[in-house]
Amino acid sequence: MSDLTRMTIAEARDGLDAGDFSARELTAAHITAMTASKPLNAFITETPDQAVDAATASDARRAKGEAGKLEGIPLAIKDLFCTKGVLTTAASHILDGFTPHYESTVTSNLWDEGAVMLGKANLDEFAMGSSNETSYYGNVVNPWRREGDNRDLVPGGSSGGSASAVASFSAMGATGTDTGGSIRQPASFTGIVGMKPTYGRCSRWGVVAFASSLDQPGPMARSVRDTAIMLEAMAGFDAKDSTSVNMPVPNFEDAMTGDIKGLKIGIPKEYRIDGMSDEISSLWQQGIDWMKDAGAEIVDISLPHTKYALPAYYIIAPAEASSNLARYDGVRYGLRVEGKDLNDMYASTRAEGFGAEVKRRLLIGTYALSAGYYDAYYLKAQKVRARIAEDFKQAYLNVDAILTPTAPSAAFGFGEKGDDPLAMYLNDVFTVPASLAGLPGISVPAGLSKDGLPLGLQLLGRPFDEETVFRVGGVLEEAAAFTATPTDWWRG
Amino acid sequence: MGMIIQGATGDWEVVIGLEIHAQVTSKSKLFSGASAAYGAEPNSQVSFVDAAMPGMLPVINEMAVEQAVRTGLGLNAKINEFSVFDRKNYFYADLPQGYQISQFLQPIVGEGKIIIDLKDGETREIGITRLHLEQDAGKSLHDQHPSQTFVDLNRSGVPLMEIVSEPDMRSPEEAAAYVKKIRSIVRYLGTCDGNMDEGSMRADVNVSVRKPGDEFGTRCEMKNINSVRFMQQAIIYEANRQVDIIEAGGTVDQETRLYDPDKGETRSLRSKEEAHDYRYFPDPDLLPLEFDGAFIARIRETLPELPDDKKARFISELGLSAYDAGVLVTEKEVADYFEAVAEGRDAKLAANWVIGELFGNLNRTGKDLSDSPVAAKALGELIDLIKDGTISNRIAKEVFEEMFDTGKAAGDIVEEKGLKQVSDTGAIEAAIDDVIAANPDKVAEYRGGKDKLFGFFMGQVMKATQGKANPGVVTEIMRPKLDG
Amino acid sequence: MSLDKATVAKVANLARIKVEEKDLEPMAAELNNILGWIEQLGEVNTDDVEPMTSVAQMSLRWRADEVTDGGYAEDVVANGPNHEDGYFAVPKVIE
Repeated sequence: MSDLTRMTIAEARDGLDAGDFSARELTAAHITAMTASKPLNAFITETPDQAVDAATASDARRAKGEAGKLEGIPLAIKDLFCTKGVLTTAASHILDGFTPHYESTVTSNLWDEGAVMLGKANLDEFAMGSSNETSYYGNVVNPWRREGDNRDLVPGGSSGGSASAVASFSAMGATGTDTGGSIRQPASFTGIVGMKPTYGRCSRWGVVAFASSLDQPGPMARSVRDTAIMLEAMAGFDAKDSTSVNMPVPNFEDAMTGDIKGLKIGIPKEYRIDGMSDEISSLWQQGIDWMKDAGAEIVDISLPHTKYALPAYYIIAPAEASSNLARYDGVRYGLRVEGKDLNDMYASTRAEGFGAEVKRRLLIGTYALSAGYYDAYYLKAQKVRARIAEDFKQAYLNVDAILTPTAPSAAFGFGEKGDDPLAMYLNDVFTVPASLAGLPGISVPAGLSKDGLPLGLQLLGRPFDEETVFRVGGVLEEAAAFTATPTDWWRG
Repeated sequence: MGMIIQGATGDWEVVIGLEIHAQVTSKSKLFSGASAAYGAEPNSQVSFVDAAMPGMLPVINEMAVEQAVRTGLGLNAKINEFSVFDRKNYFYADLPQGYQISQFLQPIVGEGKIIIDLKDGETREIGITRLHLEQDAGKSLHDQHPSQTFVDLNRSGVPLMEIVSEPDMRSPEEAAAYVKKIRSIVRYLGTCDGNMDEGSMRADVNVSVRKPGDEFGTRCEMKNINSVRFMQQAIIYEANRQVDIIEAGGTVDQETRLYDPDKGETRSLRSKEEAHDYRYFPDPDLLPLEFDGAFIARIRETLPELPDDKKARFISELGLSAYDAGVLVTEKEVADYFEAVAEGRDAKLAANWVIGELFGNLNRTGKDLSDSPVAAKALGELIDLIKDGTISNRIAKEVFEEMFDTGKAAGDIVEEKGLKQVSDTGAIEAAIDDVIAANPDKVAEYRGGKDKLFGFFMGQVMKATQGKANPGVVTEIMRPKLDG
Repeated sequence: MSLDKATVAKVANLARIKVEEKDLEPMAAELNNILGWIEQLGEVNTDDVEPMTSVAQMSLRWRADEVTDGGYAEDVVANGPNHEDGYFAVPKVIE
């Protein structure tokens, strides 16, 4: 039998259907891969025993003809999703020992469709980061290395563990969450596909909150089709989330017709930022050419407020986080550091429980909401956000989708960005605008950098038009024919 | 009439504004499906949402929206079809989220006004600034353990309406009348049970003093007062404290103070001395709250007759005095009881019986109307017996006491005890004749012009008949006989 | 707008994060660096722009008033670092 971990979800589904192998065998192969991938530190918690039990149950369901959409497919779950009876950490010291007595809606949906959990994937602490260097549980390592260079690289963030697990063939797919690019940027850094749905498409219930108005769960996998299959299982209306949108979930896989003739693809001139590297701009041009070759019409568009998206994001997200993370106070769960009184206990618990980047953002967010500064920072940022959303709305009067690079560079090495948080924030320059506008977007691996590292292109769609995103994404994927994989150096 | 404090430098006026927190009558919490009922085992009426577990999200209870609108209509207030839930951020042991979901800039109900009822039928209009919906916090218990505070989250997330008044009140009596009126209105509406003992209604009281005609002075807020009596005491203490400070050359600090009913004084809440900065911002887990005019109209149609309207009707249609009408409408249950008694009867007589005998006996026995042994129907029957001449008013009072003590029907008591009024002219005439014969000197005096002696003869006849003679019949027969 | 040491201390207190005295100055510098970069938002004309409140163009959904949750006190306190008799316990608060 060939290596069961090298298949896509779609292939595994067919193989399971055909009885070529069982869910137990498929899961066992991935448990072995997961165990071998420990040097990547992609998982905070591995749940092999539960995985075997779930796979066994899956085989039984299949035998009874009750197979779900993801029946028997082993997945990694970003450790931001609360999982009943399984440690859930958000990669933070402050959630020490927290074991939820409830299951997030998205993971519930996945289990209902037969998926199997391999473990909880590492991430940046509270999903705050773009390199997975802020996890209390240590850095996640990118399976990819520069050609002829043994130094470890970051997998991107914040869904770095998810990306690394999928890229290293330890999991067939993974859940991620995207607040400002946390699915798309790591997907680009690790040569996989990452899809951020429209805000409101997937329920946020049971997902540890970072910035409520931006957070959105989404799938990460090794093909566009796989993300389409996964999203169909993850998505859906949830009455427990007031921002969940009550719309039917389309058959995303069917949307991938392979035909984009006559579709209009927008190319926003503002994304041609100063200092854009040649390899990124030529990759983008290559993408444009592929679209043209497939019969799409290329339209130059303008999204005039693009450059203000990042600063607006770095007010809005921290402001919401400063409030969302107030509940981590040492009273009801997680870490408690005793103090001389209640306030001292709070301040000591939070000082020890949160890492440097989280603290930095909580302070910025607290300041931005404080008396005298609210109008200048938070309100101003929300107004700028409205202008950014309006830019997209205008653009979509003329185009069906927008094509941009996913990230301004390939994966970088640990510590390479230095101490300046701003240098790190710039990683999300291409992903944040769509997050602010709540739009769906996908990162598709499209080529290799001169160092042999994967680079992704991003496609953005209209609100709730994930179908077009998958349709164009599928064509882009086919044209790019990205087949490179990392060498499995971590197996030693 | 406002309260005036006579200070060394002249008269001072007291200015009072109130924020009343009223628990919305609902089955479940504002943003979760846990029970909002009072009293239960610790943390047993808590959902993961109320405990602010990671990833939990709020979903609004439609009843809370409806009740807030209904209350707004009862306060003659502007209903806002668009309002916003904000987060009020602060840390406290019984505030699990680290913020309270409330409404700050755009509340569900805007300006309104109510009429308060003062002594001697006097009334005043008090402005309502706003009403908004918010979550209650949990409960901290400080006396269960020597070194620890225990936290019970059963109340966490219970829906509250905060009703904010204008600083329109000028005396503790007016503040008391305001609280009573708000309580009366919400109880009529069925939007809050008004139970101050269980904390379903409590008030934050803002007090300042000024020389009449001056600008408002600096105010102090006294939080969480759950009795009208304590509120009045707190206002008096606080107003005098402020006058003393100012007259001694000091200035009043704007601060939150706590009223200690045991000591009868207010003191600064030192644990909250650091300046608060609540960092309000729209809750990103929720969208703006919107409804249309039709929704408001539907609720308006279900509004009951409110105390002011009822009072006006009792005066104009039933002929009651303003005082009696005011007393009868305060509690909806009382008004309903009265109306059941008065139905098809003499309303003034019914009012006298309810306010006089019924209330007197309830007070005497410490009972509430809801456990009165005399139902409205039974009291009505008693009044009927008076009206049709079966018993006299005096006998009726005896009968009522018996009814109250035994729960028996008036007719049965009259029957059993043979209290039926005698209207048999033969028997009455015989009794009259006996009395006249036995008192020749009094008869002579009467005939000499001492008309007032008629009452004496009446009394003697009643005595002779054990009070059962119909006074009308006695008069009719006796007068010609006495006049000779 | 620039944060000084005292403001950082005040903000840290509001956020209930203990920051050592020696770390206040470097923290102020770090935050000022970020806030300085954010200042560019001032370049955007936002006159007559309503702040964005939500991505989805929909109004708030209401839930029926039914008791559907709660009744699992043990689950509620199970993760508590310190709980007794069904209560969460914290250092004594003196009012």
